[in-house]
Amino acid sequence: MKITVASGKGGTGKTTIAVNLALSVEDAMLIDCDVEGPNSHIFFKEPMVKLKDVSIPTPRFDLDICTYCGKCSDFCQYNAISVVQDKLLFFEELCHGCGGCRIICPVNAISEEEHIIGTIEKGGEEELPLYHGRLNIGEPFGVPIIRELKGLAGERPITIFDSPPGTACPAVETMRDVDFCILVTEPTPFGLHDLKLSVDVIREIGTPFGVIVNRDGIGDDRVESYCERENIPLLARIPNDLEIARLYSEGIPMVKGIPRYEEMFRELFERIRGLVR
Amino acid sequence: MIRELTIISGKGGCGKTTIASSFASLARNHVIVDADVDAADMHILLQPEIRRKEVFHGLNIARKNDDLCINCGKCYENCRYGAFDPDNTLHPEKCEGCAVCELVCPVNAIRMVERTAGEAYISDTRFGPLVHARLHAGEEATGKLVALVRERAREVAEEKGKDLIIIDGPPGTGCTVIASLTGVHLVLVIIEPTLSGIHDAERVLDVADHFHIPAVACINKFDINLENTRKIEDFCRERGVEIVGRIPYDETATRAMMSERTVVEFSDGALSGKLREIWEKVEERLKGIGG
Ligand code: SF4
Ligand code: SF4
Repeated sequence: MKITVASGKGGTGKTTIAVNLALSVEDAMLIDCDVEGPNSHIFFKEPMVKLKDVSIPTPRFDLDICTYCGKCSDFCQYNAISVVQDKLLFFEELCHGCGGCRIICPVNAISEEEHIIGTIEKGGEEELPLYHGRLNIGEPFGVPIIRELKGLAGERPITIFDSPPGTACPAVETMRDVDFCILVTEPTPFGLHDLKLSVDVIREIGTPFGVIVNRDGIGDDRVESYCERENIPLLARIPNDLEIARLYSEGIPMVKGIPRYEEMFRELFERIRGLVR
Repeated sequence: MIRELTIISGKGGCGKTTIASSFASLARNHVIVDADVDAADMHILLQPEIRRKEVFHGLNIARKNDDLCINCGKCYENCRYGAFDPDNTLHPEKCEGCAVCELVCPVNAIRMVERTAGEAYISDTRFGPLVHARLHAGEEATGKLVALVRERAREVAEEKGKDLIIIDGPPGTGCTVIASLTGVHLVLVIIEPTLSGIHDAERVLDVADHFHIPAVACINKFDINLENTRKIEDFCRERGVEIVGRIPYDETATRAMMSERTVVEFSDGALSGKLREIWEKVEERLKGIGG
């Protein structure tokens, strides 16, 4: 079973829930897909070890052959190539590695080389393997790393994905092709607004989903009423507990610091299992 | 000279919009930009009146005409994003708009068509003009939308003689962050003293360095973990990043948000005083930069 933990905005407790859920069920693995800011590893003692680089093929131009016709530049949808008179400039960080320029070049001046955009690392602990990806600084597009990460699922019967925040393509990539998606939010105007955006997206993708209200007590019941109106299962409420915040700031999972929460996460998992069936 | 300031945090939910919106209500002669186009929240506090709306076309998307298709398999072979099944069925949601399929199709069965990926708005608020946007679900080209709102903000600033643009930036380090940092005069990084907050702040400072943007930092809720606060102060010192303020944990921030107002409007208490002090420092710093 694959479960993604997502949220419309960052900082709602997405990682906390993903890590603690994964720690509370047996036979699980955790994959942190937030390649622009992977944080799950903070809750584990073992350092992350590099598994592999992730790269995309990008073009190399043989300027002895190039006639500066500009066809590659006209073609590239991402403006990664500029040809002006007898100058060709390539902006590698804009390139998506589609390979189109190589196909279109009339004189075969273009070949390809792998360009590293990030890495995949492994860590976690004996009972809970953790994988995450890191997008290199200055690289704009992390989706190829997320795709590779998703391919690692299946080592254990249960995979928990920690999604990047938001509703743009990296988040959608993580919410797609899974059995269930947990949307984490806060009971505030910001929380509700961002939750609505996530609900729009997830309904479009078609993944079954439910909501967890985190820091319950800091706001009001607007999120709950919304879920009721929209017939969205409210899976759990996590109280605004200073002890949880303190543990979090020190990188200690709440189920280890406050064991009674383990029961809550187990119930959450059973609830999800019931909804998936 | 128009100066641009981006407020960023690496991770969300650490009070960035609270701080940015308070600055928006303290600054004078400025334009506000909500560049967190993926989870734009500024409008909740600023209740903008939209004056101008424009459609944002992201990347084009492939459309296939099955009547023309001869099932040669070229699109499937050449697409690197898995948008085609081996039987050449197109899954538009996986299309990244590269147009390679259109290029290789021998019978012109595929066309790249324009699509609406979002909307950008120029609005009036009680604190001056706000440029913001809404990205449709699951769209790519988020960085381009950020570039668009920034361009509109510069136009508005010029038109109205404003000399400052305050940009509320997105989380992460990818295309949206890069688009909201490039070419600005100063970046203010909001850091929460948690291990993940530190980790993300360091990454975002690396991005600022990478693009040679001067950075200052502010520690929010510094008193929730004094040891981590010390760690932040240490690495900021090492990196030569000035800390312009330390904000204590204060529930006024949540209460102001619940009432949909900025902190400095909502209360005259300690938190507002602190934010005012920090804003003055940032303003001072901005004045010293360039022209
Ligand atoms: S591979 Fe594609 S994205 Fe990269 S430069 Fe060539 S046409 Fe542009
Ligand atoms: S298409 Fe080929 S020949 Fe034309 S400018 Fe590009 S690399 Fe040079």
